[in-house]
Amino acid sequence: MLRSDVSPDRALRPHEDQGTRPTTVPDGPDDAPPTDADDLVRLVSATGERLTDPVHDPWVQDVDDDALVALYEDMVVVRRFDIEAVALQRQGQLGLWPPLLGQEAAQVGSARALRRDDFVFSSYRENGVAYCRGADPTDLVRVWRGTALSGWDPWAIGMATPQIVVGAQSLHATGYAIGCRLDGADAVSVAYVGDGATSQGDVHEAMVFAASASAPVVFFCQNNQWAISEPVGLVARRPLADRAPGYGIPGVRVDGNDVLAVLAVTRAAVDRARRGEGPTFVEAVTYRMGPHTTSDDPTRYVDVDTPAQWAARDPLLRVERLLESRGALSEDRSGEIKEKAESFAHQVREGCLGLAVPDALSLFDHVLVTPSPVVERQRDEYAAYLAMYEEVER
Amino acid sequence: MTAQTTVQTVTLPDLGEGLTESDVVAWLVAVGDTVTLNQVVAEVETAKALVDLPSPYAGVVEALLVEPGTTVPVGGALLTIAVEDRSASAVEHGSPPSGAASDSAPSPSGPASDAAPSPSGAASAADAPTDDAPTVGEPAGAEPGAEVPAPERTSVLVGYGPLVEGSARPHRRPRAASWLAAHATTGNGHGVDRAVAVAEHPEAPATHPRPTPPVRKLAHDLGVNLDLVEGTGDDGRITRDDVLHALSSRRPGAPAPSSERPGAPTSPASRPSSTHRTTAAAAAPRSSASTTAGHAGDVRTPITGVRRQTAAAMVASAFTAPHASVHLTLDVTATTDLLADLRADRALAGHRLTFLTLVAKAVTLALGGHPALHARWDDAAQEIVQPAHVGLGIAAATPRGLLVPVVHDADLLRLPALADALTALTEAARAGTSTPADLAGGTFTITNIGVFGVDGGVPILVPGQSGILAVGQVRRQPWAHDDGVALRDVLTLTMSFDHRVVDGEQAARFLADVGAVLARPGAVLAMV
Repeated sequence: MLRSDVSPDRALRPHEDQGTRPTTVPDGPDDAPPTDADDLVRLVSATGERLTDPVHDPWVQDVDDDALVALYEDMVVVRRFDIEAVALQRQGQLGLWPPLLGQEAAQVGSARALRRDDFVFSSYRENGVAYCRGADPTDLVRVWRGTALSGWDPWAIGMATPQIVVGAQSLHATGYAIGCRLDGADAVSVAYVGDGATSQGDVHEAMVFAASASAPVVFFCQNNQWAISEPVGLVARRPLADRAPGYGIPGVRVDGNDVLAVLAVTRAAVDRARRGEGPTFVEAVTYRMGPHTTSDDPTRYVDVDTPAQWAARDPLLRVERLLESRGALSEDRSGEIKEKAESFAHQVREGCLGLAVPDALSLFDHVLVTPSPVVERQRDEYAAYLAMYEEVER
Repeated sequence: MTAQTTVQTVTLPDLGEGLTESDVVAWLVAVGDTVTLNQVVAEVETAKALVDLPSPYAGVVEALLVEPGTTVPVGGALLTIAVEDRSASAVEHGSPPSGAASDSAPSPSGPASDAAPSPSGAASAADAPTDDAPTVGEPAGAEPGAEVPAPERTSVLVGYGPLVEGSARPHRRPRAASWLAAHATTGNGHGVDRAVAVAEHPEAPATHPRPTPPVRKLAHDLGVNLDLVEGTGDDGRITRDDVLHALSSRRPGAPAPSSERPGAPTSPASRPSSTHRTTAAAAAPRSSASTTAGHAGDVRTPITGVRRQTAAAMVASAFTAPHASVHLTLDVTATTDLLADLRADRALAGHRLTFLTLVAKAVTLALGGHPALHARWDDAAQEIVQPAHVGLGIAAATPRGLLVPVVHDADLLRLPALADALTALTEAARAGTSTPADLAGGTFTITNIGVFGVDGGVPILVPGQSGILAVGQVRRQPWAHDDGVALRDVLTLTMSFDHRVVDGEQAARFLADVGAVLARPGAVLAMV
């Protein structure tokens, strides 16, 4: 159920303002939560009030109550199955899981701004994006159970296999975008990176190439404040979005816990790319409420008060409040959403437990598209090697 | 009406990436409690994190199988839950599991109190199990109650956990301690692992910066417990010198850091708590050498099996044996030629002959003429013990670390039997099936460092032995031969010996004899 983008009146040209937004300069490390008084793009306050923003409102003027409820539903489902996956890891059913708790709005809002023929290049945490792109419940956990090298068919859902190498996907996205332009297509690509990845050379190179080629790519940075255990302030003296103008790319900071604002900003960025005006860097300021992965223990490095402060800015809570104040979320609909979330989580669990251990030799099946004598020889040798064990066991 | 139940055992999963064990910190449920799927039942601490353990089953807790504080291996049983035979496959999910460290996040969907199974519902379901069998999106044949084969686990590294630092958390085990505990079981031909015991101080938070990795490595190698070392570097950081100082203050005969002797007159000004300490010193004379924190948090682990053997060897620390060494570089082409001959010999087919086999043979022959090289210094009895036969230790790199399996009575074995014994022992060591007997009783050790591509090195004695021979790689190189220069197979032998037992002359003559056999295998005819 992907929604196509709806471009508002282009005469407004909101993107032209984005590159020159004034930004504050923090005094060194600053992982305190934003306030509603800061300069982030924000359409819904933490308390659930709809704020007016003449620049960004037009991008979401089509989002009526039903559409907002749909976004809310996405976030509820995403949160629920993400939590289920953490439980599955704790029960020994997944090798590892990178929780996205707290980043639902950033992922859902941005993913829902894309067209089906757009292409996502993500890191490993964008399971909410994958859900919005149409990954099925089992697909979300295959790789983390170690039964497949890729959870889904990238072409089927317009989303590449999650990139484990930090930041490398930004180059892939840029290359894909340049390809779109050369093909004369108006599809765009989106590179999802984290705040930590912005310190990587790959991201720098990707932005240089993207700006140089005016590639139709959006760099969507979820600044969740933590590069594993390093706070973003350690590597960024200024807001991450401020780096973009140095490449000749407009940068915009958006409240990453405001799904409506994220949708608006991403739509603007995608539209700009689609019109051939080049890349945009979006910094969605959010917070990773859980550990980096299930192998991590954030209580060792996170100040105990910080998550509580961010919890007050919870992405689901504020939409809930807004819908309540409008009377737009009936009890029935709310129950339906809860049921859908439970059902999806259940499907994730059942799908995970039902995954078969693959045949060892299937490892070689998708190395190359066409048959290769080298790969075939390696497969034969590996088969012979495995046969040695079978002989010993007999 | 009683529903049929199956008792399911919940085992400890690998909660991190490649972890082998975890500590159960606390139980959050009791026997008889009804638990829902994903309800947190225990707090578990791994080497990486303190985590909540959600129940994989809905049912009634039958038994808690381990006490809090117990270290459980991955795969070890934790608790048993009586599960109604079809309840686990129902659509109900119990409470949504809490994400790790997510307690403060508000739950958007509200409390899922309606998910608790009602007794009447469960009973009627048991009566008519097929009525509500179709559930949303449930794949056929994937009943949760069914055994699903555990996947082969491989580590997936997406980032890594934070370094283990001293922190306010009381029960954190210092990483060095667990590392040492894991490695203390391995007998070590090079004496690398000299740690005898590591006091644990879970109560003492680190008040100084973590020492640098080289210093931690040094402390580990020397068996120095960093918790007991006073740092003199920046901000109290422990330096290399601090570690060496701590070591020297521990060694017998070396000047202790606090030079007072028990009973000796002391100045009250320099010892403010002299009254108290005099008593303590009188009761335990050696305690005055320990100037740092107490031992309240010591953990006692029974010494058994391989560990007992290792500990017995370690008591006679390598530091008590004054090491000296001799070197010999020689042309062994005759031996490599002989090896090729023997390998082609059908009578020896089936025996795995290697260069090391011939070196082992040469060593046992030479020991016959120089028995002191495998004599043992018995400090307690003030005697030198001469074993009747050669227990030939072979240092083997194994997944568990360095093991030194021993060929017993090696001097009595003919070459094929010696080759077979070497093969069997090293394979057992690598497979982890060595018995304690395999690892004990060595009188002389060979370490074949040549297989790692080096020419030579000065080995450290296996504690309790008086000689160890390092065999370098056989290198084809120009060498003086027949009044010219030819390409020959050249080998370096390095031997360390305990100078209390063996003098330089004996060591040199022994090594020369080993060399003579390898240089001219035919000379053996003159020795037997």
